Amino acid sequence: MTEIIYALGMQDQLIGTDLSSVYPEQAQKLASVGYYRSLPVEGILRLKPNLVIASEQAGPVRVLDQLRALGLRVHQISDQPSLDSLHQRIGLIADLLCVADKGQALKKSLDLAMQAALQIPVKRQSVMVLVIRAGKLLGAGSGTHAAKILELSGVDNALTDQTGYRQVSAEIVSARMPSAMIVTSLSVQAMGGLEAIRQHPLLAHTPASIDGRLIELDDLMAQGMGLRLPQAIERIRTGLAER
Amino acid sequence: MTRTTALNILWFILILTCIGAVSNGAYSIGVRPMLDWLAGDPLALDEISRNVLFNIRIPRVLLGLLAGAALGVTGATMQALFRNPLAEPGLVGLSAGASMGAVAAIVLTSGGFLMISSAAFASSLLTTYCAYVLGRISKSVSGLILAGVAINAITFSLVGLVIIGADDAQLRDLTFWSMGSLAAANWTMLVLLGPMILAGLCFLLCRWRVLNALLLGEREAQHLGFSIKTVRVELIVGVVLTVAPLIAVTGGIGFVGLVMPHLVRMWLGADHRWVLAASALSGALSLTLADWLARTIVAPAELPLGLITSLVGGPFFIWLLFRGRAK
Repeated sequence: MTEIIYALGMQDQLIGTDLSSVYPEQAQKLASVGYYRSLPVEGILRLKPNLVIASEQAGPVRVLDQLRALGLRVHQISDQPSLDSLHQRIGLIADLLCVADKGQALKKSLDLAMQAALQIPVKRQSVMVLVIRAGKLLGAGSGTHAAKILELSGVDNALTDQTGYRQVSAEIVSARMPSAMIVTSLSVQAMGGLEAIRQHPLLAHTPASIDGRLIELDDLMAQGMGLRLPQAIERIRTGLAER
Repeated sequence: MTRTTALNILWFILILTCIGAVSNGAYSIGVRPMLDWLAGDPLALDEISRNVLFNIRIPRVLLGLLAGAALGVTGATMQALFRNPLAEPGLVGLSAGASMGAVAAIVLTSGGFLMISSAAFASSLLTTYCAYVLGRISKSVSGLILAGVAINAITFSLVGLVIIGADDAQLRDLTFWSMGSLAAANWTMLVLLGPMILAGLCFLLCRWRVLNALLLGEREAQHLGFSIKTVRVELIVGVVLTVAPLIAVTGGIGFVGLVMPHLVRMWLGADHRWVLAASALSGALSLTLADWLARTIVAPAELPLGLITSLVGGPFFIWLLFRGRAK
């Protein structure tokens, strides 16, 4: 949402964000009210906002109700991993900030970029999205943003029968034999390069490692669905097409 | 310094802290308008300031007082009952049970506040009851401690079992719950819980004679005319009914129940007539201070309360231990 406000050129009106507003980087310089599911009433009031735009998953509910009761304009907007939700989000934020025309333009450029990204030819195959935290390999199952991005990219998620992020075992990797893997930038950094991940004992025998089809993707692009969705798809599709 | 003076000093600091905690917070309200408003000028504060003061800050400070006093007194009671310096309500499965209820509510249901706190309450009563029934098999209180350890282990493994099914957002909610917070405080909650907790506190405060007798040993207490069985039930029920509803609405708050009674004993000696009252006051004082910090230190965001109590309290306690030894 913060990203959308910046894209609409309305960042001057932004006075505070939450911990999840990490892109663009300038947004991190603003006052932060903390984790979006444990919002503080007083902290928000302190910033004296005219308008509060929150995800539909923000909470606790009582805090948002209290803010409304105090006469603040609080709007909660759709925050699902889908293109429709992204469209809705842009439209609503643009309307709330009274720049509906800019919202239309932004939606249009998003659609154009999506079309361009989907022009890149790619054949259907099974792909695994990995995040590596504390040395553990976590794979993205269904219901995650990463899974939705794979779907929109026109490829299959190798871990579609699990929900959320789960640790992957040697057996699952062997059973699924992903033909490509997407690894987030931070995980690549943590493991010391794509090559190290390629030779990871759990992964070395997969077609993805043998053919060297490992794609590095920015963490925020892989785990969220923002305006950079077309770029993420483009990156995945070019990664799968080359070699 | 006599013990009465000590208690008076605690009262005095506590009142000053409350005034500070009510008048200072993330949302700044001028001292002048606040005094004018208290003096009876209803227009001195705008609506938002009035609301922040009356509906957000004051209930929160009051809940902190109640919770702190309850944790202090129940900690002191448990330490005397078990004659064990490590005892606190968590020993008989109370906190573990509360987290199990909260975890189950967060992961298996939509996880509204009411749902979480009632589940935590019910489940903490259940685990404590189990620990008590098992502990009764042995005659001495050590049986109860061992049963508590077993119940804690089982409960935490159940928590782990439920957590496997949790997604990232739920895991984060859980982490925040287990670090405690007074942010949910409101007048309805205080009206519902206040009388029960105050009654529990009074009940325990009046039991100082039994606790003193227990310090001599269980057999000695029996010779002094106390029925150990009855005393044990009374005290445990008193502790549970005082603390369980609080943990249910605040989440886990470490350190206060364990350490405040120790501090008090180092200062005033082991006579429970004073230990209980001073534990209540110092518990209330430390929690009010900790929550004041939690609200303001990273404003506009907030820190979890349990984090502060342990972060500040732990090193402070170590310092005291070393000082005690040096003497």
